[in-house]
Amino acid sequence: MKKEIEAKKVGRLFAAMLRIRRVEEEIIRVYSSDKVKSPVHLSIGQESIAVGVCDNLRPTDILYATYRGHAAYLAKGGNINRMMAELWGKSDGLASGKAGSMHLGDRAAGMIGTSAIVATGIPLAVGNALAMKMQQKDVVTTVFFGEGATDEGVFHESMNFAALKKLPILFVCENNQYAIYSHVRDRMRNENLCERASAYGMPAVRIENGDVFEVNERAQISVQAIREGNGPQFLECMTYRWRDHVGPGEDRHIEYRPDEELDRWIADDQIARLREMLAPSDRHSIEAEVEAEISEAVAFAEASSFPDTDVMYDNVVQ
Amino acid sequence: MSSSNPRSINYAEALYEALYQEMDRDPSVFVYGQGVDDAKGMYGTTLDIHKEFGPDRCFDTPLSEDAMTGVGIGAAIAGMRPVHVHQRMDFLLLCMNQLVNMAAKMSYMTEGAVSVPFVVRGIIGRSWGQGAQHSQALHSYFMHIPGLKVFAPTTPYDAKGCMISAIRDNNPVIFMEHRMLYGNSGIVPETSYEVPFGKARLLSEGTDITIVGISHMMVEVLRAKQLLSQKGISADIIDPVSLSPLDIDTIATSVSKTGSLMVVDTSWLSCGAGSEIVAQVVERLQGAREIRVKRLGYQPTPCPTTRPLEELFYPSAQMIATEAYGLLGKPGLWVPEAVEASEIAEFRGPF
Repeated sequence: MKKEIEAKKVGRLFAAMLRIRRVEEEIIRVYSSDKVKSPVHLSIGQESIAVGVCDNLRPTDILYATYRGHAAYLAKGGNINRMMAELWGKSDGLASGKAGSMHLGDRAAGMIGTSAIVATGIPLAVGNALAMKMQQKDVVTTVFFGEGATDEGVFHESMNFAALKKLPILFVCENNQYAIYSHVRDRMRNENLCERASAYGMPAVRIENGDVFEVNERAQISVQAIREGNGPQFLECMTYRWRDHVGPGEDRHIEYRPDEELDRWIADDQIARLREMLAPSDRHSIEAEVEAEISEAVAFAEASSFPDTDVMYDNVVQ
Repeated sequence: MSSSNPRSINYAEALYEALYQEMDRDPSVFVYGQGVDDAKGMYGTTLDIHKEFGPDRCFDTPLSEDAMTGVGIGAAIAGMRPVHVHQRMDFLLLCMNQLVNMAAKMSYMTEGAVSVPFVVRGIIGRSWGQGAQHSQALHSYFMHIPGLKVFAPTTPYDAKGCMISAIRDNNPVIFMEHRMLYGNSGIVPETSYEVPFGKARLLSEGTDITIVGISHMMVEVLRAKQLLSQKGISADIIDPVSLSPLDIDTIATSVSKTGSLMVVDTSWLSCGAGSEIVAQVVERLQGAREIRVKRLGYQPTPCPTTRPLEELFYPSAQMIATEAYGLLGKPGLWVPEAVEASEIAEFRGPF
């Protein structure tokens, strides 16, 4: 029985990670056509964090994420069709094309929004957690941010307040070690980010290797602790971005990071790992399903019209 | 109290009453900020609210303006109606990223799926040596940004009605208060009422000039009106009340009658509210009407502390009258006797 559940979980996590990977590969494929007239920050290589964490969240739980947000949005149960239409700038997009890749938000999926100003979404997530506590709602708020965000003052202010008020929030630091091309060691003396969380009085755990099962299990413990009223929890998830900071390309030619470092993380690819764990028939059906979803999403985005110019002034204020 | 004997309270009391009534009416309203629950209660405007409604709905915060602004935005998105109070408006500079990049844009970036019913109160601390960092009025910064609304009421009636409107509004509202208005008394209904956004108030009617006064400068404008009457000059006096959205119709209609516009701002001139009002009126009336315009405001310096320089820094009723006289092309330089600004002369610290 346990084995069967395990196989289901492998399939579920594999499908979720593969969906993100394949969506972004599709974005890369079409990018040169200039159909996506907007910057994209790809999550390829980092899928295991969003998927491992969000697997523990309910549809009613709330997520805030960053401009590198495709993985978070899809992992939280986002709508691929509307996301692709948003990237294409079409009227069926999540925000009629007004937001784009950097500002994915969808209340139906419980993802409020993403910010392109590093760390800026963190206090909003804390505010959401405060509201949930005031309204006595059984909702866990999760916020994703990169290690670069921990350089920002607002991260520290937010952590302090969340701990002070014992708010039901999970802080997830996706530590890919680079802020654009600047390595974490060039930005801080003490690279142990968990110590920052501990300093504010909240439990903190680092997951070293991007292992999707480990992320998933640690997040489960944290989410459970939050649901039981134990206040904020912090996860530092080591991970690695395979592509350039922005855009569809690879970035080995820039030579800001060692090829071997990137190669090591690629060799440790969680999607390839889980693919091997699955029975071929399960694998094939998941892959076929994901491919069908992506074809449909691209067709949906293509078929959608551009918004009428008269929506320009809608929703500046309400 | 009978209707034949309407009740008079001051500006600070009007703000307290608005907050109290809204918190009583709507459990999603809460107020927070450094010092809101202390013994002074933000000049009385939040005094003992924490005792009335509990510490969850009126709480002090860490000295973290940036994050605390974001917390308000996030709570607003989640269905609350937070009121964030800053004892000096200068501290809003620490909140700018959250207000401009997040609060103002969430509705647009989500095509209306998210709303941010969030009130940010900024109190201007003029007089008694507040100096360079405790005296600034930053309304023009926020008027520049689509997605933010800006209120700057001058009367107790408007203080209460604007606060109620701001709390009920589904958008982020910057609520600018001036400490030197807090003692002003006026008729304020005990019942709850809203003062609308985007509607200016014609406080006094005249024929020769239109004078717009913003925030505390309205007090000096009304004093200047008395001086101008010595020369037989009468003015339309307009309080914008709502700076964003701005009711340019009321101002332009007046200027099309008088032909002269003076805007007296509680801030600097460069890229200021006065510049905006003058530009919009000129755009509207040029070609149709010959118009004269003049802006008055702070001297182009940081605010000095010492009294002789501080007095020079702000426009006075005397200066407003002299400049209005000059704007109308009257002969010679006319300098009426100075009028004491009692709220400033009588103010004592300690802060």
